Amino acid sequence: MTTAPSRPGLSVLIGLAIWGGLLLWLSLWMGRQAYRWLPVQASSAAPLVDGLFSFETAVATFVFVGVVSVMAWVILFNRAAKYDVSDAEPIEGNTRLEVIWTVIPLVLVMAIAAYTIDVNRQIGLIGPMEHLHGGAGGAGAAGSPQAEIEVIARQWSWEFRYPADGVSTTELHLPMGRRVGLQLRSEDVIHGFYVPAFRLKQQVIPGRLIPFFLTPTREGRYRLRDSEYSGTWFAANQADVVVQSEADYQSWLRRAAALPLQPGLSDASRDYALRQSRSRTSGYATVAPAPPPMVNVPGSNTLPHDG
Amino acid sequence: MTITPFDPGLSEVPQRQPEAPNGWKRYISFNTDAKVIGIQYIATALLFLLVGGLLAMIMRGELITPAADLVDRTVYNGLYTMHGTIMLFLFMFPVLNGLNNLLIPVMIGAPDMAFPRLNAAAFWMVPVFGVILMASFLVPGGPPASGWWSYPPVSLQNPLGHLINGEALWIVAVALSGVSSIMGAVNFVTTILRMRAPGMTLMRMPIFCWTALSAQTIQLIGLPALTGGAVMLLFDLVAGTSFYRPEGGGDPVLYQHFFWFYSHPAVYVIILPVFGVFSELFPVYARKPLFGYKFVAAASLVIVGLSLVVWVHHMFPSGVPQWMRDLFMVTTMLIAVPTGIKVFAWLGTLWGGKLRLNTPMLFALGGLFNFVFAGVTGIMLATVPVDIHVNNTYFVVGHFHYVIYGAATMGVYAAIYHWFPKFTGRMYYEGLGKLHFLLTFIGTNLNFFPMHPLGLMGMPRRVSSYDPEFAFWNVIASLGAFLLGVSIIPFLLNLVSSLVRGERAPANPWNAIGLEWLLPSPPPTENFEANVPTVISGPYGYGTGLPLVEHQEAYERALQQA
Repeated sequence: MTTAPSRPGLSVLIGLAIWGGLLLWLSLWMGRQAYRWLPVQASSAAPLVDGLFSFETAVATFVFVGVVSVMAWVILFNRAAKYDVSDAEPIEGNTRLEVIWTVIPLVLVMAIAAYTIDVNRQIGLIGPMEHLHGGAGGAGAAGSPQAEIEVIARQWSWEFRYPADGVSTTELHLPMGRRVGLQLRSEDVIHGFYVPAFRLKQQVIPGRLIPFFLTPTREGRYRLRDSEYSGTWFAANQADVVVQSEADYQSWLRRAAALPLQPGLSDASRDYALRQSRSRTSGYATVAPAPPPMVNVPGSNTLPHDG
Repeated sequence: MTITPFDPGLSEVPQRQPEAPNGWKRYISFNTDAKVIGIQYIATALLFLLVGGLLAMIMRGELITPAADLVDRTVYNGLYTMHGTIMLFLFMFPVLNGLNNLLIPVMIGAPDMAFPRLNAAAFWMVPVFGVILMASFLVPGGPPASGWWSYPPVSLQNPLGHLINGEALWIVAVALSGVSSIMGAVNFVTTILRMRAPGMTLMRMPIFCWTALSAQTIQLIGLPALTGGAVMLLFDLVAGTSFYRPEGGGDPVLYQHFFWFYSHPAVYVIILPVFGVFSELFPVYARKPLFGYKFVAAASLVIVGLSLVVWVHHMFPSGVPQWMRDLFMVTTMLIAVPTGIKVFAWLGTLWGGKLRLNTPMLFALGGLFNFVFAGVTGIMLATVPVDIHVNNTYFVVGHFHYVIYGAATMGVYAAIYHWFPKFTGRMYYEGLGKLHFLLTFIGTNLNFFPMHPLGLMGMPRRVSSYDPEFAFWNVIASLGAFLLGVSIIPFLLNLVSSLVRGERAPANPWNAIGLEWLLPSPPPTENFEANVPTVISGPYGYGTGLPLVEHQEAYERALQQA
């Protein structure tokens, strides 16, 4: 039962144009604001992800505010009068409108998908995505740079090894401005390698060696967080990532190699020892943490970080 | 469209129910009346809502400060695991099955469900697995603490090595919940397909029945995967098998596939009936027909099809190949289209209507507002690079709670208020209802909005402590959570006082169109008994003046005389 839409008057058209213009302006403004909600950009992937997020924020604002302003309009102006129990005009549908609001969202989401696949490709060239092949794992992609850093996730500590230099540490040091190959592995449960400032995340699945590539682009100290729930001290399973210039990075490696091994950082082990020393604990059962890894440089996880 | 033949003999067969007690005792007995079972489901679910909500408030108490200082970390992990499990398996699914039980038979003019005993058995499994799950608080080592996803290997760690441990009880409870839901789904699908009143073709069926049919079809397809996956997890945990143990050659990612093959569609099992509630309520309170009935009905079926091919979007950072990331992103995006059709249909229904903002309408409008917000953040989550950043952060927790509390639970509240007079025979108190709405709407947004900036900043979910830069938004979220706790008080007060001394409800207090409103409030045990009406027009004929059934005046006269 389609009713032909009546021809709108001039004032309606002007009203619609003002509404659409305001909506567009607000959406573009929100798109620009979106960058400020994210941590600093410290890898080559970050600007790509942020650009996509900004675009999506603008689209989302347009859709959300558009729908909500229609709701606000009907709530304000289409209320039944106090004792009015009559029905409204029985409009049962409009096929033309149905087609419009099926096709426009379809085109819109497919446009977002196309943009995203393009971003995927770009990040894939310079980041991890192209090099992960489900199931197989461990083989490493052909023609990729050899992993120069091994990342070992445990319940609950992170250990970083630089096999070429004989260095190990619980604070990840990375050179700025070049692509670094990491090899992720877990010794117990699934962990997540997540550095918000890099916008990169990868599950570390036990039984697999996972090649992972990233290009740091900003010097500074950032947080590495475990992003896959890994048990009791999951929240404390954090480490710092220090991005340095190539020269600083190399000299840090040289100095670190000369240092003797000592226990690395493990907040969980410290807490667990404290817990065991109490006569009665206030909690439920837990797996004991792995002993802190023996490293040349424990580093820090309490210094102020940039993101 | 063929008319399903209704066997008039069906309602004349003497139904066996003499031993069923009639007073309040029938609610604690093995009763086969769908209306009793519906109330049993809803009452049980609301009880567990209080338990799950209490756990959430302790969690938010812990998270109001950065350090892990209120409860031990092991306790926090148990609390958040139990919160998620209780809210999904013991609140959300049971409360929706309660609505299905109450509404489906009366909406289609059936005397009861197709398999009343199966129906009662499905319900009574809920308290059984509820007790099993809650018992995990009492076993040595405490409750399960690996999240409601229970990903191996962390879920297989069993620190004390006991055979009966929290995790094992969790798996048994979830598997039983699956069996109960499958039993319910068989019943709902059969009832909708086979027991409609004469003249009620599929295309004259209320949208709630369409959405229930769609949701229960997902249950039938998806639940066996979860239940099978859970049984394998149990074997790994207690019988030493290695389906998921990497050291024995198993694959932990396999579990993720089993889990999400069901658990993503499960979100549609939850939200589809709520779409149904919106589609029922907006026409009544806008006094207009539903805009584009056919499109809204068809959109539900499209959502069912798509929901079964999106599960890998939960696993983008799990190490899946690029082509899978692209494919599952596109399918996920496509769900926006049928969902958009529904949202626009509701706006079309409201547009130019005569809105009455009573409690059910306020909850429906508030639910729609929250749902649209959840929808746009859902699109963001579907795109792989953004998802890689915010996956497993509070952004996802915020999105999910906007869906599950902001839209679904508020839709459930809307339904409870709207049909309360029909099934209890009493009117609720409008003032308390509006207070409940106001506190719920503010509390929901205060609690769940801050989770989005937190996730964008990089705060992982499931943490018992966090870095100080996250403190500001966490304080606001915690205040919102406590407000949500307070918002339950006027709700419970309203339910209890209205049941005891509310005004007597007429048969059709909202002047609504639908078979259920041609029955007395509350309806008799066999609904229309021998006088099943013949449906002669589609639902939602507001303003058209067309009668819904043959001899409508006779039905209305009988109601007035009663």
